[in-house]
Amino acid sequence: MSQGPNMVVCIKQVPDSAQISVHPVTNTIMRQGVPTIINPYDLFALEAALKLRDQLGGKVTVLTMGPPMAASALRKALGHGADDAILLSDRFFAGADTLATSYALTAAINKIGAERPVDIVFTGKQTIDGDTAQVGPGIARRMGLNQLTYVSAIPSIDLEAGEISVHRRAEGGVQVLKTKLPCLITMLEATNELRRGSLPDVLRAERAEIKVWNAEAAGVEDLGKCGMKGSPTKVSKVFAPKPRAEKAKMITAEDGAPASVAAAAVETLLDADPRLLSVLTKQTTVA
Amino acid sequence: MAQAPAAPPAKGRKKTEELPEHLKAYKNVWVFVELEHGRVHPVSWELLTEGRKLADALGVDLCGVVLGPKAEGTEKAVAEAFHYSANRVYVIEDPLLAEYRNEPYTKAMTDLVNKHKPEILMLGATTLGRDLAGAVATTLQTGLTADCTELAIDDDKSLAATRPTFGGSLLCTIMTRAARPQMTTVRPRVMAMGDPDRGRTGEVVREPLDMAEESIVTKVLDFIPDSDTNQAQLAYADIVVAGGMGLQRPENIRLVVDLAQVLGAEYGCSRPLVQKGWMTADRQIGQTGKTIRPRLYIACGISGAIQHRVGSEGADQILAINMDPNAPIFDFAHHGIVGDVLELLPALTEAFRKRLAVDRMAG
Ligand SMILES: Cc1cc2nc3c(=O)[nH]c(=O)nc-3n(C[C@H](O)[C@H](O)[C@H](O)COP(=O)(O)OP(=O)(O)OC[C@H]3O[C@@H](n4cnc5c(N)ncnc54)[C@H](O)[C@@H]3O)c2cc1C
Ligand SMILES: Nc1ncnc2c1ncn2[C@@H]1O[C@H](COP(=O)(O)O)[C@@H](O)[C@H]1O
Repeated sequence: MSQGPNMVVCIKQVPDSAQISVHPVTNTIMRQGVPTIINPYDLFALEAALKLRDQLGGKVTVLTMGPPMAASALRKALGHGADDAILLSDRFFAGADTLATSYALTAAINKIGAERPVDIVFTGKQTIDGDTAQVGPGIARRMGLNQLTYVSAIPSIDLEAGEISVHRRAEGGVQVLKTKLPCLITMLEATNELRRGSLPDVLRAERAEIKVWNAEAAGVEDLGKCGMKGSPTKVSKVFAPKPRAEKAKMITAEDGAPASVAAAAVETLLDADPRLLSVLTKQTTVA
Repeated sequence: MAQAPAAPPAKGRKKTEELPEHLKAYKNVWVFVELEHGRVHPVSWELLTEGRKLADALGVDLCGVVLGPKAEGTEKAVAEAFHYSANRVYVIEDPLLAEYRNEPYTKAMTDLVNKHKPEILMLGATTLGRDLAGAVATTLQTGLTADCTELAIDDDKSLAATRPTFGGSLLCTIMTRAARPQMTTVRPRVMAMGDPDRGRTGEVVREPLDMAEESIVTKVLDFIPDSDTNQAQLAYADIVVAGGMGLQRPENIRLVVDLAQVLGAEYGCSRPLVQKGWMTADRQIGQTGKTIRPRLYIACGISGAIQHRVGSEGADQILAINMDPNAPIFDFAHHGIVGDVLELLPALTEAFRKRLAVDRMAG
């Protein structure tokens, strides 16, 4: 493998959740004017792939499944330095849950790999709208790739031997794992901020052709496994969370001095939870 | 789960949503008891407590699944699963299960499901649980609803799994009517943990793994415990003090740490502090950070954005300090102080220090 790894990064265009609001009467999401962003976690995945390309050469293809407007997310990724972009878009894909999403993405990745086998598939840890962290493992399982989730670092990769080792966040510690290529990596947040695009990349991205594949072009074999039809989970209800009935009770002091307010706050907290004091005195060694 | 519910779907059940005949034999509620390095993740007991309610509603058994090496810790996990009200525990003991790896765990779990056919399978939404659940659900071609906050049994005896979506601005209820098992993950600290009944026991069912080390591609070279790296333990802290952008400068984080020290608390932050590199990611509270459920949460100079709220509103008591009387944090905090954190934090630290000293002398 003298030519560097062939990498695919799965990215998703998502509504910027900081700016979503819910219609108070109909309980539906007011999407109008809500800006979309690339799922923030996927940017860490993209950066990880670009870093490997810096070191080893190779190719980075960004892939997304979504409506035609998702092309803008791909264009943005090209501007950050990705080599190639594919938009998987077909009405048969609409309403997909994670099982159906991973099915369609797997077909597309296989198609990309028909030209030259894919060595590493990257996904984000999770999306901020679906937020399931399942699409990555789903793709790995379907493609028979070795699955490396919650990866914070890739300390070594040996293309000759076809081996890779990673740091994986586990409960209570970090696992150092070694496995064989091809593999699927889901990247942890805050591992590496995405680089700014270089001027030539940004200019190239503006004019670049985004390949659009429908189900047929992606080589999807069973339309029954796509979209709403291929999704075992169904949304039965969407609703807004109940607001808390009461607002916070404000703690004040007559003289308004911080020390007096603080003393009042301590008493308020201890009164509200009589067991708090025992927790405090148990935990606190002389501070 | 459906990823982007734009609007509630049409009412009425379609043919495709009926449970196929061969899946009707699936019965009982299962909880994966997450065991690593001889210790059970407490989320497992939270899930058994919740699973008990579901099993009772369905009139079926509650079962635990314990995977691990033949060891004292594994046996203890089995015994404790009964204390948390499991009727039966399925156990696979094998040296290959000593460290978590996706391949042997996925095989162990899918083999158990295929043989013993549960209708519901619950896992903790930990890094291990999510890694495993995604692979198992894909292998079994069934539905998986992640990070549920509420579980209930529907009229037709299906599992109604409710979870936040769009960063907590909405909740949605998700059903898996035509596939089994119905799989869910639940974050630590979302469900309450019941009291164990140390006298309880139940039936143990043992199965083999039937796998050779040579067939497992992934090897664990090392494990670096967090105790060596000073990682925050926010999820199970009794008291948490957190700072937000109201702290204004990185050196003011000291004020949060000082208060935390006096209280014996864990400290954390809102997301911008992580993005600025003022605190490490393991201390972030919220949708893309940790969910906390302490007795007391003190939020200092945090506006209370929805993404922060979903990770912290489960606290028994919340005190918020913010200069802005209209800050959204006051919508879900129990107590509030309108004022400058830079003045109030040292005052609060001092007031607690005094109060605790008095109490110690008296006690
Ligand atoms: C996809 C996504 C995921 C996110 N996930 C998370 C998450 O997990 N956790 C999280 O916390 N955020 C998350 N956020 C960010 C979130 O939307 C908010 O931007 C963030 O929580 C705001 O942090 P803050 O309250 O510290 O800062 P700000 O919003 O800047 O608020 C600062 C507050 O401090 C007050 N203040 C200022 N000076 C003082 C002073 N001297 N004394 C007292 N008060 C003062 C101000 O009145 C204000 O209310 C996420 C955002 C997105 C888009
Ligand atoms: N529609 C999609 N197109 C491309 N990649 C996706 C899509 N949905 C999810 N992914 C990838 O899978 C990861 C996990 O998504 P999720 O399971 O929704 O949390 C994301 O971070 C993306 O990398």
